[in-house]
Amino acid sequence: MPAVSSRRPGRPRLLARALPLAPAVVLLLLFLAGPIAYCAYIAFTDLQLTGQAHSSFVGFENFRAAFKDEAFLNAVWLTLVFTVLSSLVGQNTLGLALAALMQRASKPVRTLVGGIVITAWVLPEVVAGFLLYAFFRREGTLNAILDWLHLPTQNWLFTLPILAVSFANVWRGTAFSMLVYSAALNEIPKEITEAAEVDGAGGWRRMWHITLPMIRRSIGTNLMLNTLQTLSVFGLIWVMTRGGPGNRSQTLPLFMYEQAFQKSMIGYGTAVALLLLVVGALFSVVYMRLLRTEV
Amino acid sequence: MRPTATPLLLATLLTATALSACGSGSGSSPDTVRISFKQSTDNSIRVMDTYLGQMKKEFEKANPGKKVELVPIKAPDSEYYTKLQQMLRSPKTAPDLVYEDTFLINSDITSGYLKPLDAYLDKWPDWNQFIDTAKSAARAQDGKTYGVPDGTDTRGLWFDKGVFQKAGLPADWQPKNWDDVLSAARTIKRKVPGVVPLNVYTGKPAGEAATMQGFEMLLYGTGDGKTDPMYDAGSKKWITGSQAFKDALTFVETVYKEKLGPDVSDALDPNYGTTVRGELLPKGKIGIDLDGSWLPQDWQQGAGHEWPEWSQKLGLAYMPTQHGQAPGKVSMSGGWTWAIPSKAGNPDLAFKFVETMQTKANAQKWYIANSGIAVRKDVASDPAYIQAQPGIKFFTDLVASTHYRPAYPAYPKVSTAVQEAMEGVTTGDSSVDKAASGYDEELKTATDGQVVGK
Repeated sequence: MPAVSSRRPGRPRLLARALPLAPAVVLLLLFLAGPIAYCAYIAFTDLQLTGQAHSSFVGFENFRAAFKDEAFLNAVWLTLVFTVLSSLVGQNTLGLALAALMQRASKPVRTLVGGIVITAWVLPEVVAGFLLYAFFRREGTLNAILDWLHLPTQNWLFTLPILAVSFANVWRGTAFSMLVYSAALNEIPKEITEAAEVDGAGGWRRMWHITLPMIRRSIGTNLMLNTLQTLSVFGLIWVMTRGGPGNRSQTLPLFMYEQAFQKSMIGYGTAVALLLLVVGALFSVVYMRLLRTEV
Repeated sequence: MRPTATPLLLATLLTATALSACGSGSGSSPDTVRISFKQSTDNSIRVMDTYLGQMKKEFEKANPGKKVELVPIKAPDSEYYTKLQQMLRSPKTAPDLVYEDTFLINSDITSGYLKPLDAYLDKWPDWNQFIDTAKSAARAQDGKTYGVPDGTDTRGLWFDKGVFQKAGLPADWQPKNWDDVLSAARTIKRKVPGVVPLNVYTGKPAGEAATMQGFEMLLYGTGDGKTDPMYDAGSKKWITGSQAFKDALTFVETVYKEKLGPDVSDALDPNYGTTVRGELLPKGKIGIDLDGSWLPQDWQQGAGHEWPEWSQKLGLAYMPTQHGQAPGKVSMSGGWTWAIPSKAGNPDLAFKFVETMQTKANAQKWYIANSGIAVRKDVASDPAYIQAQPGIKFFTDLVASTHYRPAYPAYPKVSTAVQEAMEGVTTGDSSVDKAASGYDEELKTATDGQVVGK
């Protein structure tokens, strides 16, 4: 095969080992790196899906337009609300609480609760979306329950759309945090908690001074993964509200879709996608900084 | 080197097959004509599928060795356009014949997606049978024609006689101005609980239906019926800040503010149009529906929601102008055309298929099946067509007082801006003034600043 002229005897061998990887690398370049690079390029053009003969390079125009666009700023705000509510507050806290409670629960309870929570997680996004749409809609389960309790009902998807979709995301995504935290809590040596108990520390103090510091790394990892997943949620919101009513639940992924495919402004939509990437990166940086201190 | 040779070979083979698999989109054989059309999201509605199935049989019989492959795209209108445009972008995926809405055709022509058909039309005697307005429906600014219309449509008020009786309104109701329409809706709201008094499509989820069946039916009834309230043909600019625009928005706001329309969350359900046609009207759950001439296509025999008695249950009234000023009536017309993508593999065969579909007999069959309004003179004057369905005469007569959309390349974006303004006043998120100024802003972006204040 290759007769490579080289002075080092290790070279041909290295090449021989690299060669089998070549097809995979070619495929990755073609189907992954290629489209990504192309996306980055069209974010700087005014490419449209229809209605123009030629697209041209416009530099930072799309980004300038985004920051002047009220709908974009609204989408950024809603994305932050959605992420903080459903990922930071909801999935994380609930996941930790479930994991902590399950530590002490009996085996059947653990199996049952874990089973239910994980079921919600493994459902396809669209199915989960429809389930929660059925739960929240005007003639839905939630209103039936409220009605039975003689409490006032309302059309949740219409009055509080961003809260409804945030709740849906918590319902769907808590299992992941629960699993991460269960694993982390199992790593804490029993002796330490027992020693604290002997010293008279109550449950909350043990949690605050022993458990949390010891699972800090897991918290960081979990927050990061959770946030990045939540930032890119599309199907769930699309099925439940389509970003409506008005644009009261239009997070960045939905805004992107609307600009690129409903208004045919592919260039602008892609630029927004890049900005979404930046938002994700910012979150990651913040988490890394917060959780860098050593235990 | 021996051991690595086999896997390497294998990997190369795999890569090659993977690449070629990705590249064999159309598999365009010279004897197959691929046709893309919009399939209803309602599984029981297969009017077009059935008709195209018949045409396919006829075509394959008349042209031995040639095949027709139907490529339905099942989606709501707005998503159908998107999918189609993505297919048109590459010769690998472009069909040979596509079903194009006249509202988008100019935009797609500008993009270079479609092929001019003049060479074919010149040699096609039937083209002379098409009425002039229909011929110009798919004529671009370059003077060439890019599509063959398969009918047109008009719009008006459908009302439920049963609901009207309960509300004490006349069975031969004909409002003379906007206030008459609203006051009838108020009466229904008072006297007939549990029905939607007046349905006006609104908001982004309804897409073009909101713009055309809803907003433009109002907007084009504000003036004298001669000048276009959206687009100033003289200066070739789009009109901003007009009182007419605000008046039309105020009507929409009134409908939803006074709860004369559907529940807002229903109105903003993307499939509401399907629900109206398939469920609410047949069940007598809507008082007045501002809608298109094509509704009966869903109620005919074998259409899915068979409702033969619709013509006894429903009445028809034209949409009046704002204050009843001349010309008194208003209607909008659009329609769909058959167009050939510029990247089509078999354009000649595709046009041959159009010729098969547009013989007098087949065109007539289609107008009737689709509840379309004839665009062929010979069909329009055929008594068999006029008597084929109740309502055909009513809607065909409206062609005289109808308006066409300013379907220039910017129109789809302008339409979205209209839908956003409508949605704002529907949900109550914005006042009429705020929604109108939002439209003016959007309009500047959508048309590259080609706007003029009125």
